[in-house]
Amino acid sequence: MPVQAIAFYLLAFVTIAAGLLVVSARNPVHSVLFLITAFFSAAGLFVLLGAEFLAMLLVVVYVGAVAVLFLFVVMMLDVDFAELRQGFVQYLPFGGVIALVIATEMVMVVAAVATNGAAAKNALPNASPGGVPNTEAIGRVLYTDYVFFFQLAGLVLLVAMIGAIVLTLRHKPGVKRQDIGKQVARTPKTGMELVQIKPGEGISE
Amino acid sequence: MQAFFANPAVSWTLLTTGGILLVVIWVLLSLAFLLLADRKIWAGVQMRKGPNVVGPFGLLQSFADFFKFVLKEIVIPAGADKVVFILAPLISLILAFVGWAVVPFAPGWVVSNLNVGILYLLAMSSLGVYGIIMGGWASNSKYPFLGALRSAAQMVSYEVSIGLIIITVILLAGSMNLSTIVEKQSGWIWNWNVFGGAGLNNLILLPVMVVAMGMFYISALAETNRPPFDLPEAESELVAGYQVEYSSTPYLLFMVAEYSNIVLMCAMISVLFFGGWNPGFPTDFLNSWHPFAANFFLALVFYAKICFWFFMFAMAKAIVPRYRYDQLMRLGWKVFLPTSLVLVAAVAAWRVFGPAA
Repeated sequence: MPVQAIAFYLLAFVTIAAGLLVVSARNPVHSVLFLITAFFSAAGLFVLLGAEFLAMLLVVVYVGAVAVLFLFVVMMLDVDFAELRQGFVQYLPFGGVIALVIATEMVMVVAAVATNGAAAKNALPNASPGGVPNTEAIGRVLYTDYVFFFQLAGLVLLVAMIGAIVLTLRHKPGVKRQDIGKQVARTPKTGMELVQIKPGEGISE
Repeated sequence: MQAFFANPAVSWTLLTTGGILLVVIWVLLSLAFLLLADRKIWAGVQMRKGPNVVGPFGLLQSFADFFKFVLKEIVIPAGADKVVFILAPLISLILAFVGWAVVPFAPGWVVSNLNVGILYLLAMSSLGVYGIIMGGWASNSKYPFLGALRSAAQMVSYEVSIGLIIITVILLAGSMNLSTIVEKQSGWIWNWNVFGGAGLNNLILLPVMVVAMGMFYISALAETNRPPFDLPEAESELVAGYQVEYSSTPYLLFMVAEYSNIVLMCAMISVLFFGGWNPGFPTDFLNSWHPFAANFFLALVFYAKICFWFFMFAMAKAIVPRYRYDQLMRLGWKVFLPTSLVLVAAVAAWRVFGPAA
């Protein structure tokens, strides 16, 4: 047990510290790197709960793909941060309201645990119900009880993807594109022409 | 003292640490000679002799290189982001080695027998891109940055097809635990996943799995930035890509990480498609052996497979010319992604409607 406790406090501390640094770091690239640290230690917390499948998905999807694109965009963008900071006071009330809402929610959750007492505290989420590994457990629920929601979520993502492609796809006229099939299918017959040239005349074009 | 070691937490920690040390030392020592093998094979293809001065047949060349790297000065460019600049090779190296935690060398010889071992490997190899991006960005220089961006796009693209190909293996084995996947391929050679797995009945899957194996091999080349997909460090365009500003030990760390990733990919191909530690014939004769000797024999079989795939990686480097960047992206997204989707559908259909269902 002490090993788990040490691991939990270490990971929880790193998660929170990295989360704070995400918003306080001056360099946006550092912010994204701290965000990745936060994701990664959150995955560690999932492992401690026994939810290894969720942990690995968090790393593969968020850290391995989404955060890379974040980093990509942040590195490429030429953002003027002095200008961004000027709007700070303007957005302060709105940000304050959001912070208040989230703080209230967190207090309510803590209060619920506190009032329900030991029962709620001991009711740890069961990572492997009925002794089934949680990959299998999630798969069974996802593809039976929630199959319509699952498919719906997939469709929403598909629509979003098609939308993004439609918005950005432009076919400029006059751009030469490589058609590898055409290139491979080229033979001497289609590719070249033998001409007998008479001296002093050349080929009429 | 006795009580201290009898404590399960303490004995577990000591055993695991010992296992990790063994694996790391084994990988590092193997890397020293595989690096030399890489250069020798490359030289052989070009009818050169390769390194042959340090030690007999140049066997100690890697160690000489090691001391050369370590004893040189670490140069950090003036405009570099110092912390990230130093952190990048460290992260590369750590991520290249943590993947070995779930690789089963022989029955029971694995540091961590994770239930989601294959996902863990995928996760760790997808994290490897951070070392490269951070290194490229922190150098505060144009060529490394371009190399890092290329590398990020390339690795993210080929991970998609690697993930889908892995799904075909998961479908065949019915498990994400690497030890279970290897055990499912025990017995005769046609039980290997590349032949469809699970006996002669599944031999109809041979064309599907051979294509999957080939695509995995090519994607592994792209994922580890090996030629013909070494665009992140294309020396004719970008000097040395993300490594331009690195010198001495940090550079060494990058290089060791790169080769560790390559060997890890060779191990993955062996585990997923070529039966891991299974020699391809029933191993009942091992029952009369001492368990350690039997395991050692199986580990040698696995090692031989890794070496074979490393040879294939070296040959690809020696004989295939470099891809152009748009062709690389085209291959990843327009050829490998649809093909691997079809393969997943085919294997899934066989599992549901085939005789095994």
